Amino acid sequence: MAKAKAIFDEMNGFDGTVREGYRTLARWLKDTPSELLANRKSEAEYFFRRIGITFNVYGDAEGTERIIPFDIVPRILTTTEWAKLAKGLEQRVNAINAFIGDVYGERRIVKEGLIPEELILQNPAFQPAMTRIRPAGDVYVHIAGIDIVRDGPDGFYVLEDNARTPSGVSYMLENREAMMRLFPELFNRLKIAPVDNYTDNLLRTLRSVAPKGASSEPNVVLLTPGPFNSAYYEHSFLADKMGIEIVEGTDLFVRGNVVFMRTTEGPKRVDVIYRRIDDEYLDPLAFNPQSVLGVPGLMSAYAAGNVTISNAVGTGVSDDKAIYSYMPEIVKFYLGEEPLLLNVPTWRCREPQALRYVLDHLAELVVKEVNGSGGYGMLVGPHASKEQIELFRAKLIANPDGFIAQPTLALSTVPCFVDNGLAPRHVDLRPYVLCGSDGVRVVPGGLTRVALKNGSLVVNSSQGGGTKDTWVVEGDMTEAQFRSQSQSQSMGGS
Amino acid sequence: MLSRTADSLYWLSRYVERAENLARILGVAERLSTLPSAYAGTSSEWESAILTAACGPAFFNNYSEATRANVIEFIVASDANSSSIRNCIQTARANARAVRTAITTEMWEIINGCWHEVQKFKLKNIDPSQLARFLSVIQEASLRFDGAAYRTMLRTDHFRFQRIGTFIERADNIARLMDVKYHVLLPAEEPVGGGLDYFQWSAILRAVGALTSYNWVYRDNVKPWLVADFMILRLEQPRSLISSYENLNRQLDSLAERYGRQGQAQRLARATFAHLENQSIDELFQFGLHEFLTEFIAENNALGAAVTEQYLL
Repeated sequence: MAKAKAIFDEMNGFDGTVREGYRTLARWLKDTPSELLANRKSEAEYFFRRIGITFNVYGDAEGTERIIPFDIVPRILTTTEWAKLAKGLEQRVNAINAFIGDVYGERRIVKEGLIPEELILQNPAFQPAMTRIRPAGDVYVHIAGIDIVRDGPDGFYVLEDNARTPSGVSYMLENREAMMRLFPELFNRLKIAPVDNYTDNLLRTLRSVAPKGASSEPNVVLLTPGPFNSAYYEHSFLADKMGIEIVEGTDLFVRGNVVFMRTTEGPKRVDVIYRRIDDEYLDPLAFNPQSVLGVPGLMSAYAAGNVTISNAVGTGVSDDKAIYSYMPEIVKFYLGEEPLLLNVPTWRCREPQALRYVLDHLAELVVKEVNGSGGYGMLVGPHASKEQIELFRAKLIANPDGFIAQPTLALSTVPCFVDNGLAPRHVDLRPYVLCGSDGVRVVPGGLTRVALKNGSLVVNSSQGGGTKDTWVVEGDMTEAQFRSQSQSQSMGGS
Repeated sequence: MLSRTADSLYWLSRYVERAENLARILGVAERLSTLPSAYAGTSSEWESAILTAACGPAFFNNYSEATRANVIEFIVASDANSSSIRNCIQTARANARAVRTAITTEMWEIINGCWHEVQKFKLKNIDPSQLARFLSVIQEASLRFDGAAYRTMLRTDHFRFQRIGTFIERADNIARLMDVKYHVLLPAEEPVGGGLDYFQWSAILRAVGALTSYNWVYRDNVKPWLVADFMILRLEQPRSLISSYENLNRQLDSLAERYGRQGQAQRLARATFAHLENQSIDELFQFGLHEFLTEFIAENNALGAAVTEQYLL
């Protein structure tokens, strides 16, 4: 991952040879007039605007929710690539669950000297209450979003673990719906693994971790901050697909350490809460007393083992970027296995030697706050001004514990249909990993985010990022078929 | 189902129904006010529109006189009026959004579409042709919403609460419309047909879209007591008070059956229905139309409160 390394294009490789998985698509893109593509693109926009208008537009006071741009060229992984990735994801999430259980339990990993205790105890996401609570089945993270980047055919790296409440899965599902409407011919030619069983898997996962006292048909609800939350569309979408109630804090109450919801038929017991609100707002009696989003007494019901909160409280400890840097050790320590997914090499600025190196190489590194997320509090060396670099130097010296640094990655690209035709754009991938007491489930694919601005590495939707459908395909054309078709086409053409 | 969901469904339907009725009231006032005074009688159409819309006090806090411009401004879009048509649509949409999963896509798209449409109108000092278009957008959205609910909703308790909201609001609105015109409807010694008040009577029928059906039912000129009979006691007339209560009974009974218990709401709805069923129009006029309607509006409000108490909290 040297600085000047060539950029890997997932369709055309390093040298312009179309890679397996992409051959049928490449052929089709070549045969399809760009007017038709433009046409489909505007159809896609119409489709999303309709859903967008349907769900995302806020009332006057709140302004209008932007619709995230959608690119019509899919991002493709072969089943072989995916199988490898999926195994790595499963391993990683199992390790994260074991780690969080240990953090709130014996803390063996600290006792054995692998991770400094202050990294855990001083972590703002650490919840002391959880040292007295064991969640059902000892599963803490039921839904994880593991952000993956790539720099070569085999170079998959985890960029970030999201073990709190990862969002965006509705885009994965809606993108697929849009693609199936727009390009049925491609779905005929390729065997594309479906993703629409995600919500079914999610419900099974959530039911599998119902508390012992629950009935055989556990009552699962989705707890939302309400219609004015920017992710409300996703909340209602998921609740709808699972056929569960979408509740707000005021719909729930706790009596005798049991959670109930207010229904037209009187109180009804709640067993599992898929919450889309942060830890601090869950229970005004246990956390932020100002919170009007939560349910008073929820934490004592949780402690009594009468309700499952999903994801568990306090899972944010593993999202910390300093903890991230220990992930390879964490995998080895709990599972006794070699990690299948690589970490991006990381300098922990809390270590004097690493700090010295980082300070000397600020202009070529990416520096991140350990507790930051969503691209905030970040320095991208190669794109930063002198002032920004000096500002970060001062910050680093003042508080080295608060930062890590990583090399600038040569993120892979995938062709996108932009204003002047097809052009490569940088992408990342967020697969969604479900973990219940009955095992791990990953639907093949995930959310591909793409930096639609030429040359940009930022996939964040607030900065010109968009999304693509992600296909795991089986049965692409062979090399020979591709070549012979290309030839006959060029000889017989016009 | 969640009480909050039921509550939102109930109010969603009430506000859609209210918006439609307000639009109809304005449409009729506009029509009557354009008649030469020899035809329209002496009453102020704009004042009676305000009274029908049940926002008299709020209106006169903000305006000294019920002129055309003032009344239209107040009923169509005033911020001072929480039940202005624009606010009704806004509130309906907010309720729909809050229970997006409890209504069908069709219903949502109609409400959302109507809300977007309303945003496009310049409602300040709206001119007559724009007003006519605005009112028809509202009426059409309400009709389509009702149809979409009827044709696309599962017949679960969701549907029941949606219907209950519609019929309680409709009964209230029709009763108010009748009450404001009650002085006209009294069978005084008026020459039948062609009299001054003919246009007022037919206005009531027009306001509920029942002018043609009146002719089919009575095969007679527009006569005040027949109009009252039609709008209060006739089951054939889908907007009559008795029709609303027939529907309310059906929906409430279905809830009682589903939940295995009944309460005050069922008892009140049954009593009001029986009262209407056993009433002849002559008895009603003897008792006094105004007195009857005042009592009805109070009973209807009590039913709304009972539904809230029993299911929505």
